[in-house]
Amino acid sequence: MSLTPPRPGGPRPNVPVILDGEEVLAFDGETILDLARRLGSPIPTLCYLDGLSVHGGCRLCVVEVNGDNRLPLACATPVSSEMDIRTDTSSLRDHRRRVIELLFAEGNHICASCVSSGACELQDLAAENDVDHIHYALEFPRIDVDATHPKYVLDRERCVLCTRCVRVCDEVEGAHVWDIAQRGSQSTLVAELGKPWGDATSCTWCGKCVLVCPTGALSFKGRSTGEMRHDPDVIAFLARLRDEGEWIDREEPAP
Amino acid sequence: MHDIHTIDPVSRIEGHAKITLHLDDAGSVADARFHVTEFRGFEDFCRGRPVAEMPGLTARTCGICPVSHLIASAKAVDAIHAIVAPPAARAQRQLANLGQIIQSHVLSFFHLSAPDLLLGMDADPATRNVFGLMQAEPELVRRGIRLRQFGQEVIAAVAGERIHGKGIVPGGVAEPFTTDKRDAIRAGLDEALTAGTDTWQLLDGIVDGFRREIGVFGDFPTLYLAHCQPDGTWEHIDGKLRVVDAQGGLVVDQLDPADYRDHLGEAANPDSYLKSPYWKALVPDDDPRPGMYRVGPLARINVADRFGTPIADELLTAFRDRVGRVVSSAFHYHAARVLEVIASIELIGRLLDDPVLYEPQVRAQAGINARRGVGASEAPRGTLFHDYEVDGDGLVTGVNLIIATGQNELAMNRTILEIAREYVDGPQLTDGVLNRVEAGIRAYDPCLSCSTHALGQMPMALELLDPHGQLVSEVHRH
Ligand code: SF4
Ligand code: FES
Repeated sequence: MSLTPPRPGGPRPNVPVILDGEEVLAFDGETILDLARRLGSPIPTLCYLDGLSVHGGCRLCVVEVNGDNRLPLACATPVSSEMDIRTDTSSLRDHRRRVIELLFAEGNHICASCVSSGACELQDLAAENDVDHIHYALEFPRIDVDATHPKYVLDRERCVLCTRCVRVCDEVEGAHVWDIAQRGSQSTLVAELGKPWGDATSCTWCGKCVLVCPTGALSFKGRSTGEMRHDPDVIAFLARLRDEGEWIDREEPAP
Repeated sequence: MHDIHTIDPVSRIEGHAKITLHLDDAGSVADARFHVTEFRGFEDFCRGRPVAEMPGLTARTCGICPVSHLIASAKAVDAIHAIVAPPAARAQRQLANLGQIIQSHVLSFFHLSAPDLLLGMDADPATRNVFGLMQAEPELVRRGIRLRQFGQEVIAAVAGERIHGKGIVPGGVAEPFTTDKRDAIRAGLDEALTAGTDTWQLLDGIVDGFRREIGVFGDFPTLYLAHCQPDGTWEHIDGKLRVVDAQGGLVVDQLDPADYRDHLGEAANPDSYLKSPYWKALVPDDDPRPGMYRVGPLARINVADRFGTPIADELLTAFRDRVGRVVSSAFHYHAARVLEVIASIELIGRLLDDPVLYEPQVRAQAGINARRGVGASEAPRGTLFHDYEVDGDGLVTGVNLIIATGQNELAMNRTILEIAREYVDGPQLTDGVLNRVEAGIRAYDPCLSCSTHALGQMPMALELLDPHGQLVSEVHRH
């Protein structure tokens, strides 16, 4: 049984589980994702972001538990005693590839001309999960770009509906500019219930939504192809400051 | 008659050249058309995009001269931002454009045209390609490859490693230039220059063997259009345009590229995606052909009085002593290309010595300050115009691109026509005709992806049509 270091000042892990064939101890209440990350088993995620509430919408983080074919979400499922968790099986890989392909199929993700190329989580996911072509009919949506904000641009054709922007704006900035309107394939990100972003008076211009967006959907105005750099990790840093109630220098500032 | 009907050029494989020759009632060739199927739907594709994305977007339209599109596009966005890129950025853009001219011209000369020129137009097609040339002249081909690499390294130093570089951005360039890059380029300068001048000697030595081709390959009067400095020095990226006539007479000088619409009309072609630009003042009615003008290396050396660099100028003077101040045979595009390669190498050396290149301020930032912007530059194949219109938020509402191959199209048609009249004999097309037509087109180095076909042979279809448009004969090459 591998030993896991105790959390400083916290309880020791005491929930025995099997992770990819190895017996390990989890903390009580820890999610499968946290456990796997702590022990160095990568599980792909997209909507999950450290420092924000769990959304559980992208379904990339699915794992197999006890051989059951209902696939729980690693980001939203707490471990329980004696779970036998598999994070990397051929059917999981297959499932993840399909999810990624569907994301590509329903938007216009043309890396070659995208501002976020080279710094896009969708692009990375495709590369890491061997998505080299899309087996679904491409939708080629035509949705107008919202460039009404003086500093930022929203291109809904590149939005994967992860709701990171919605959550960060609500939970961290406290402005709640963003929501997802409509349902299913009609779902769309809206500012202030459907206004042009530039008209949204609750927007504080803080730019956190742009920093956390995993794709080129939200970007700084004026960025050219491949020039956009996001910084989603800043949110975990801010959350830590908030929790600890004091200013600490950030260990790894963004490049 | 063949049992094949003419395939609509739209559905025909992209990147293939299709040429139709039209017979008159007497059975002689009356008209020739070169069909281009590129740039399909491109303008529609750009509409609604943030204008800052245009350099990246347009560079993707062309894998052959992306740097030229990056530059013209970035300049158009600069115009919309109403800014001038900082001097160091302009110097870097110049460097990239010179690198692009070198690599593109060298490809055109060594890989595509040299087999025709050195092995002969009637050599066996199986060996009349860059591989055959490699057998016959391995050292020559090796030097060509190295020279092209030199150009690519210069581009990479500014634009980044990948073919579709992204170092050229609205407002300037992405990063300051470094002395490491300078040293790397400098190390290759001497070899490049020697390769350039040796190539000139080589071309000089064989040109007499092509008297007949020189006479037939597009040797007719047209206007020539290119960037040119106010004092007549060759220019490739900044400044204004000059237009001269077939005698070298000044038609217009220091024309602002942004005002191109005042002088250039664009005729839509029913059978080609490319519009044919023409010089308005010479066109009284619907037929654009009297307004034919040419762009590219030949136009640039016809327009400019000098390169402004010692070695290229010496060779240019000697060339002019032999063939005249203004040359009209498209065959001499080859010479113009080699001269431009030499001048570009010299200018690169000069830029590397200029402290301005290393200044740290490389980018100007601005919002949308104008609703329309035109950017122009000299692509290797000729003057390139990018013309964008945007709304108040900077989203593109209109795009017009005028590319070199389009501007040369009327002249290319005429060149093909003259070659066909000289070489077509009877209703049956032969490989010999195909080879000449191909070489005639290749002189213009049109920017079809097929023109960089590795074997040095353009995949193409040549069709002979009777006065009713019925196919009489065709030859294909894949
Ligand atoms: S705009 Fe970006 S952050 Fe917001 S939902 Fe879409 S992909 Fe996620
Ligand atoms: S990361 Fe778990 S559902 Fe998106």
